[in-house]
Amino acid sequence: MDFDFTEDQKHLQQEARRFLSANCGTARVRQVLDEPDTPFDAELWTAMADLGWQGAILPEAYGGSGMGATDLCAIAEELGRAVNPTPFASSVYAFAEAVNLLGSEQQKSRILPHIASGHQIGCIATAEGAGRPDLECAFVDSSITGRKVPVTDGDVADWAIALANDSHGESLYLIELKRHGVSTSTLPTLDPTRSCAEIKFAGASAAPLGEAGSGKALLQKIHDRAAVFVAFEQLGGAEAALATAQDYAQQRYAFGRAIGSFQAVKHKLARIYVANQIARSNCYFGAWALESQSEELPRAAAAARIAATRAFQLAASEMIEIFGGIGTTWETDCHLFYRRAKQLSLFLGPINMWKERLAAEIEKQWAHADSHGGNL
Amino acid sequence: MNFHDTEHEASYRQKAINFLEQHAERKVIGQPGISSCLSPQALLKAAKEWQALKADHDFACISWSKEWGGPGGSAIESVIFAQEEQQFDIPEGIFQVSLGVCMPSIIKLGSEELKNRFVKPALRGEEIWCQLFSEPAAGSDLAGIRTRAESTSSGWVVNGQKVWTSNAHLSDFGLLLTRTDPTVVKHSGLTMFWVDMQTPGIEVRPINQISGQSGFNEVYFTDVKIPDSQRISDVGGGWKAALGTLATERLAIGGAKGADCRELVALASQLPCDTGTVLKDPQFRQKLADWYVNSEGINLTRMRALTTLSRGGTPGPEMSIAKLVMAEQLQQLCDYAMDLQAEFGIINSPDISEQAAVFQKGWLKAPGSRIAGGTDEILMNVIAERVLGMPGEIRVDKNRPFNELPVGI
Repeated sequence: MDFDFTEDQKHLQQEARRFLSANCGTARVRQVLDEPDTPFDAELWTAMADLGWQGAILPEAYGGSGMGATDLCAIAEELGRAVNPTPFASSVYAFAEAVNLLGSEQQKSRILPHIASGHQIGCIATAEGAGRPDLECAFVDSSITGRKVPVTDGDVADWAIALANDSHGESLYLIELKRHGVSTSTLPTLDPTRSCAEIKFAGASAAPLGEAGSGKALLQKIHDRAAVFVAFEQLGGAEAALATAQDYAQQRYAFGRAIGSFQAVKHKLARIYVANQIARSNCYFGAWALESQSEELPRAAAAARIAATRAFQLAASEMIEIFGGIGTTWETDCHLFYRRAKQLSLFLGPINMWKERLAAEIEKQWAHADSHGGNL
Repeated sequence: MNFHDTEHEASYRQKAINFLEQHAERKVIGQPGISSCLSPQALLKAAKEWQALKADHDFACISWSKEWGGPGGSAIESVIFAQEEQQFDIPEGIFQVSLGVCMPSIIKLGSEELKNRFVKPALRGEEIWCQLFSEPAAGSDLAGIRTRAESTSSGWVVNGQKVWTSNAHLSDFGLLLTRTDPTVVKHSGLTMFWVDMQTPGIEVRPINQISGQSGFNEVYFTDVKIPDSQRISDVGGGWKAALGTLATERLAIGGAKGADCRELVALASQLPCDTGTVLKDPQFRQKLADWYVNSEGINLTRMRALTTLSRGGTPGPEMSIAKLVMAEQLQQLCDYAMDLQAEFGIINSPDISEQAAVFQKGWLKAPGSRIAGGTDEILMNVIAERVLGMPGEIRVDKNRPFNELPVGI
């Protein structure tokens, strides 16, 4: 039994935490929050690239470091803790992983080295408006037409992966964004520390990615992989929110005593701790499934995603309650967590979609076990 | 990050499986195990035989040293055996307190003579122990016990009442916490003894629980004479001794057993509704996912604790969440499962009810699970204070003699 980060991974994580507390304190996050013209922290982005994080798990042949998925999970937890104001999730967890998984040799060698070096950014463009409307983007005559909205980091990205209708059904396409036929406009969101855009394609040139007609299933694969890394970011955010609330509850006095001595406050903190532990355990299982290329990845990813989303949203909202009135002001950092918790809960699809997906996996798992007369 | 046993762990696991397969049957889903089928007398007999068999094969109290009759195994071996044993239909619930709570305390606190006399028979299941701690006026606030032990020229005389004593009716001996000095602050006036349950003046009365079962008892003490040689803490040192026992108890009780996601899915796949079966109902699926994440989360948290053990460390506080999460879930999940059955949910019969009444049974058991071994609220206090470092309660009972504290019901 070795169900934990290794000593090396713990060391990597400590190094990441040290780096981020020096280079990504909340003051830095606030610069992006307060300046509408700053979509992300470019200086931090470059420093991260110098450490090799954008290419951490990409193969060395494409400019990466060839580390394991769990290594990146360890870093992701720290990026979440720091509420990092960068397009890391879009570019690394979703886009680079997708290209590495599905791309042709030519696509990989053309694109991935630039992603690994941080010189280019990728994103994933899936939504087409509120709810789950029918897919309208279409690939006709080797170009793509349609609208994707919202696209996280779409305004700062050089590349996008988009799903479109074509003669095979639904397929994935790679699109270079700073080209003719593509227009992007930045959109205001609940979390200004992350960027977001509407992208319009009007006959933009696009290259197929992965097997034609299998777009939906492939997108799900991309989501499963990305969800594990994002879950670690959510876990890190939840742990940071808990730690901040803990500190405050010990320092803030009311009725002649620290508010952390009141059971009502203790029990709130205990509930957050419980949710975080459940999230951590499910996240570890996700990391294991990813790294070991297990068939259980869809179930593990959904469980990690649900547990971590729940934990971060609980921690971020209860943290404000524990802070009281001051927690609702722009000056305190509580809202950085509150905003990011919501942002990450919607990125890669909402929680009810992941719950449905988990239910389907549970159904499969137990239908299979029962047909073999399996034991508990 | 992996679930693999080390070479040694794998070979130990295989040894355990071989033993279990040779002497027991694997559990089957949807069928009640022997623990709920046998009469109390037959269960006791079967449990004692199973314990003796385990002792003969070095699978009883695996981590106890050879000196005390154990095989001197590691903590991880002990957990590996427990993992495998729970897959088998064996008589359960008799020795948990005896071996999980009382004997570790005797080994820690008792004299050499006492240990030589008691530890080995307890390990083999020949003698059973109970924990005589809780009282009607002292549950969560255990240090508030009132059972008096008064010093006399020939030893001690005990008067009072204990309650929630698991298996007192089966027990040969008990660990007894008493108040020896009510004039000092409450934590300082306690003393611990061991007692023979056949001593004149001890009366055991079963408590009928809402589930219809009687796992607990009231134990009355009327002028019970105990020699000073049966004292196992310093006079006034009982609280410190009890704290060690309670720490072991929280580990022994673990998660709440009962209906969970597997049973819920089995039910839903058979229940008709507008959309076919309940299993296909979107609302059901959302709830199932939430509960599944908790159950898996607890199982996997246990794996993390095991990893620490396997690496030779002491597990952190993570497992303190298990009972809190699973007891609450047992209550909510069973309640929902009965709602799914509509009016039929009210029927409580192993023969007629869906899934052999496992949800009705769990629903009746859950309130007790949320209380036994630390209430939800006490567990959350423990997490907040010991894990998260919150300040303790402001106490009104700390610096006043016990006999001057306000009392209620």
